[in-house]
Amino acid sequence: MNYSLSHLKELESESIFILREVAAQFENSVILFSGGKDSILMTYLAVKAFYPAKVPFQLLHVDTGHNFQETLDYRDNLVKEYGLKLKVGYVQDAIDNGYVKEESGINASRNGLQIYTLLDELEKGKYDAALGGGRRDEEKARAKERFFSHRDEFGQWDPKNQRPELWNIFNGRKQHGEHFRVFPISNWTELDVWQYLAQEKVPLPSLYFAHERPVIERDGILLAHSPFIPLKDSEKVFQEMVRCRTIGDVTCTGVWKSNAKTIDEIIQEVATSRMTERGGRSDDKRSETSMEDRKKEGYF
Amino acid sequence: MSNKERETELLRFTTAGSVDDGKSTLIGRLLYDSKSIFQDQYDQIEAISERRGEEGVNLALLTDGLKAEREQGITIDVAYRYFSTPKRKFIIADTPGHIQYTRNMVTGASTANVALLLVDARKGVSEQTKRHAIIASLLKIPHVVVCINKMDLVDYEEEAYNKIRSDFKDFATKLDVTDVSFIPLSALKGDNVVDRSQNMDWYNGTTLMYYLESVHISSDHNFIDCRFPVQYVIRPYSDEYHDFRGYAGRIDGGVFKIGDTVVALPSGFSTTIKAIHSFDGELAEAHPPQSVTFTLNDEIDISRGDMLVRPNNQPDSSQNIEVMLCWFDHNRPLKLKGKYSLKHTTREVRCLVQEIKYKLDINTLHRIQDNFSIESNDIARVSIRTTKPLFVDKYSKNRNTGSIILVDEQTNNTVAAGMII
Repeated sequence: MNYSLSHLKELESESIFILREVAAQFENSVILFSGGKDSILMTYLAVKAFYPAKVPFQLLHVDTGHNFQETLDYRDNLVKEYGLKLKVGYVQDAIDNGYVKEESGINASRNGLQIYTLLDELEKGKYDAALGGGRRDEEKARAKERFFSHRDEFGQWDPKNQRPELWNIFNGRKQHGEHFRVFPISNWTELDVWQYLAQEKVPLPSLYFAHERPVIERDGILLAHSPFIPLKDSEKVFQEMVRCRTIGDVTCTGVWKSNAKTIDEIIQEVATSRMTERGGRSDDKRSETSMEDRKKEGYF
Repeated sequence: MSNKERETELLRFTTAGSVDDGKSTLIGRLLYDSKSIFQDQYDQIEAISERRGEEGVNLALLTDGLKAEREQGITIDVAYRYFSTPKRKFIIADTPGHIQYTRNMVTGASTANVALLLVDARKGVSEQTKRHAIIASLLKIPHVVVCINKMDLVDYEEEAYNKIRSDFKDFATKLDVTDVSFIPLSALKGDNVVDRSQNMDWYNGTTLMYYLESVHISSDHNFIDCRFPVQYVIRPYSDEYHDFRGYAGRIDGGVFKIGDTVVALPSGFSTTIKAIHSFDGELAEAHPPQSVTFTLNDEIDISRGDMLVRPNNQPDSSQNIEVMLCWFDHNRPLKLKGKYSLKHTTREVRCLVQEIKYKLDINTLHRIQDNFSIESNDIARVSIRTTKPLFVDKYSKNRNTGSIILVDEQTNNTVAAGMII
């Protein structure tokens, strides 16, 4: 008799365990939903974890205002299909109220400004756990994350003083006013995510599949042409067959030349790729430790 | 699901050793030869190595991700690395050699199927090797591989390998490790890591990669003793599932089937399994490490922290446990007669540390009985009394139902991990 599980089933089981542990240990949890494949996977796993009951967490989307329309359409459909509750926090509101200052210049991005809105929404919603789709394989600072990651009352991460995690025992105890970031898909790689989404036939935003779109090239990265990205004089807009490997804000999400139009073609492409998926994220390129710096401040 | 996907198992291993043993080089070699290092990552660490004036590309920079680690050239915390081959997916828990050594290795070892212990072929079995082996044994890592590295520096001679092998075996008689393998290799030159060495005709064993891809791990779980800690109760309150009351959790041992009689602990009431639910449909049986939801044929009062077991095979139900405790807190030592919060499976209780029996010298296994000051990274045998009964197995029988953590009630930090004896 064979009682072994495939690696995808084992990862699924681990993530479901974490999601249920969050529901049991925290009172008011929220799923950070970016519209990217990792937050889609996490939401889908949450649906599985609590079936046939509804997902006991709200979805929170921090909207920079610089969106791909495809992302918003997908988000709204998903919410309807699984009977989820959605809360949106707008970076624009924080700018209008003078809490944050918009970056200026050619590479201006609202990526960093999200931190304010995120922390503000977490505080207003009195959430004690926020679930993120971060994976340890995507970035070197994230490789040191815990499943249950403790944040102080300022939402800060102290990487040198993390709680050890052993076996499958997770310690979610905290002081009043503190919260946790929880990463249920920590152990998944980009390839695992794609293989699983293919196996489970989960529908995905069209941005992930190769399509023709106007783009510009900046610092060796292709960016989608959009009114939110001012052009330098030397930059020209041209048509290219591209797809996204990660989806975030328009201003910092690189697109990749690709002909992968089906999920199987994407798996082929990911399996043979020599570049990491965040290689196209200009927000990571600002310095060697920009992810760690943003995470310490409260970024996901 | 196709058969090919089914065969791709997940193997977790931990690596122990210091940079001097060539641990980073070995991990780098495994990642590089399995094409798991991406070009942009490689370019980035190449540029940093060059800027620092280092000779060659420093593969340790792949795992040392934090600013403080890079500044100080040390590894602070367990780093997780991933790679896969067509046969398996691998998760490496890479533990630092110096700082918070025991704490980090214990953490990495707690979920590992395999431990790789690196030994420098020129230096032989060292104090550090022994310490690693003792921790692997305490944490009951099912498979241990002694990687005898830097064979190129001893002219690939069989004597060096034989000496280390017999020294380690002599020492290991004192330990509880059942499955030990020895592989002579050179991480730097690539001998016996992924490709077979052309320089060691005398070695008839496998390469390290072949070992990792083929070592039998499906028996690493306990499939005999049925243990289901209830994690969460699912109540949909919908018209369609009006009376649905599902007990969600992860199977920690044994195989549960529909119709099986089960006893709920602590109440002692018994009933039978009505159905095993999952989003993908009902299952006929469930086994470790599946996350499932049971419905039962009788309404009995069951909540988080309770455990479903078989009537004729029950864990010990006790308020007194004996554990090998590894202390983590570097600010406060273990307090004799101190009270802590204790977590075991999905159960949380308060406890009192009743007695410290001895402290373990983790270089020699000697029992220290004249110094009971238990500080960070110390391992000690202690007796604990809990406010409510726990349903426990010996750690040697089941790693999940045989393990606990202690939490400091003032700081909320995880201050210790324990293996039940």
